[in-house]
Amino acid sequence: MPDFVDILNALALMSNFVFVPALSYGAQLALGALGITLVFGILRFANFAHGDQMAFGTMVVVLVTFWLQAMGVSIDPVPTAFLALPIGIAVAILMSLGIDRTVYRFYRKRRVAPVIYVVASVGVMYLLNGLTRFVIGPDDQRFADGARFLINAREFKEMTGLAEGITIKVSQGLTVLISIIVVIALFWFLQKTRMGKAMRAYSDNEDLALLSGINPEKVVAVTWIIAATLATIAGTMYGLDKSFKPFTYFQLILPMFAAAIVGGIGQPVGAIVGGFIVAFSEVMLTYAYKKVALYLTHGGWEPEGLLQILSTEYKFAISFLILVVVLLVRPTGIFRGKVIT
Amino acid sequence: MIKTENVVKRFGGLTAVDGVSLEIAKGSITGLVGPNGAGKTTFFNLIAGRFPPTSGKIFLDGEDVTGLTAHDLFSKGLLRTFQIAHEFTHLTVRENLMMVPPDQAGETLWNAWFRPGLVKQQEEEIRAKADEVIAFLNLGRVAEELAGNLSGGQKKLVELGRTMMVDAKVVLLDEVGAGVNRSLLREIGDAILRLNQERGYTFCMIEHDMDFIARLCDPIIVMAEGKFLASGTADQIMADDAVIEAYLGAGRDREAERAAHAAREEAGA
Repeated sequence: MPDFVDILNALALMSNFVFVPALSYGAQLALGALGITLVFGILRFANFAHGDQMAFGTMVVVLVTFWLQAMGVSIDPVPTAFLALPIGIAVAILMSLGIDRTVYRFYRKRRVAPVIYVVASVGVMYLLNGLTRFVIGPDDQRFADGARFLINAREFKEMTGLAEGITIKVSQGLTVLISIIVVIALFWFLQKTRMGKAMRAYSDNEDLALLSGINPEKVVAVTWIIAATLATIAGTMYGLDKSFKPFTYFQLILPMFAAAIVGGIGQPVGAIVGGFIVAFSEVMLTYAYKKVALYLTHGGWEPEGLLQILSTEYKFAISFLILVVVLLVRPTGIFRGKVIT
Repeated sequence: MIKTENVVKRFGGLTAVDGVSLEIAKGSITGLVGPNGAGKTTFFNLIAGRFPPTSGKIFLDGEDVTGLTAHDLFSKGLLRTFQIAHEFTHLTVRENLMMVPPDQAGETLWNAWFRPGLVKQQEEEIRAKADEVIAFLNLGRVAEELAGNLSGGQKKLVELGRTMMVDAKVVLLDEVGAGVNRSLLREIGDAILRLNQERGYTFCMIEHDMDFIARLCDPIIVMAEGKFLASGTADQIMADDAVIEAYLGAGRDREAERAAHAAREEAGA
């Protein structure tokens, strides 16, 4: 039988390798999925370029961070990237608006079918993908600095006397904190302000919105501004947490779409819940539970395998699986998406 | 007020509106009638800028507005309602009305975040106006209700209320009476008359209820098969041979078809 300390050790282990990483990864996915969901709710198409818009914004942040680091500017213990973030957001917004002006507006004027937007967004995806690699290259970039840990494993062990430590990185803490602030601000905006209500109205009934004092071009522009802001924030957090690599960001489109669709595409609350569902599924299904099992059996039962349900190479398959199951069982998602409520 | 010149709209092979030239006089309540498939709603959509005409011209107040979008026309004072009432389902009745006035300060991100005073003051004015409209239309009981939960008739009233939130020049009403009970229909009729007399709104309405239209409209324009057929007062229209032909002709064809079908069946047996 496991004693109390064993259970605590198992919990610490789980916290360290499952809950904390999944929480911050989930927050990053949620911010990304929010952008996808808003674009879908307003412009009515699935924006495949979202991952690369994220990569582009983050690239700007990375470059500015490098420059700041070279200049010796630092806001220790907070990562320098936070100083660069506003610039990255601004450039990402300009890029989004520029793309809308040159690509999507052309199709909007012609009132084309949604599938044509989707294909156009695939084009934008390749364009941004190429641009990002052209500027910063396809390699891994590490740009995290400042204090690394809020709580580090050794301190935690000394403090609690447990064998297992919990590490919380500064980037993880900041991810969760900033996500909470951003989400509160976004919901306040959507529910309480004229523009937010106009966006919800536009998403609900475009024909009628056009017959109101709602300026459709403004609604679209604000949608891109919000999506680009959220994407750059999420991308920067992800990069601080792990590293920045253009290809990884391109791949993130899958879990982000899965998150948006699980929650009900077009529903901001859904995107957030979906982000955490996908993140926790990914982390929990690819974690090796061997050590946890050891603790819980008080070392009495040592499994031969790693007790890992799926190897980490399959983590994107989990997003696929979630997508397929949701589309089969409840195509509208948890919160019955389609319009922003 | 509104003038069309030889307006044509084709959808693929179907010519829905086929060379219509007509005029809707300022200050009038003009009725637009015709059998199903006469092209009335398409004609409305053309005037309202839902889609551009294939050919022909449309004028609003003497100005060429051909090809302008619904949003452009809205800002020029042309409003419309829909055959099946449209509403913002997730906003309350009051919020639905408050959505109408254009160029509100709260629309820019900057003002929304950093100049709440300005936004608030303007919102108070618009709220007061919305409350006036709600009182005018007797919607006080449902002002805080989500518009999606209203009955069909109440939604029609909200749509009418939308037109009162700005100074409309022309209001196009697409079957405002469809699915509305008699007493509510009378209320809507009263509201239309008051808006016409007190505020000088020009109305153009598609309607199937002849009593309703005879009470409100002068003149009445008849369309059939995408073409202009006749116009005049209710009495004149109902006595017009071409109009009677248009309404009954379709029925006659169907009867002939049924007879032919019966004959074929018999021959087969």
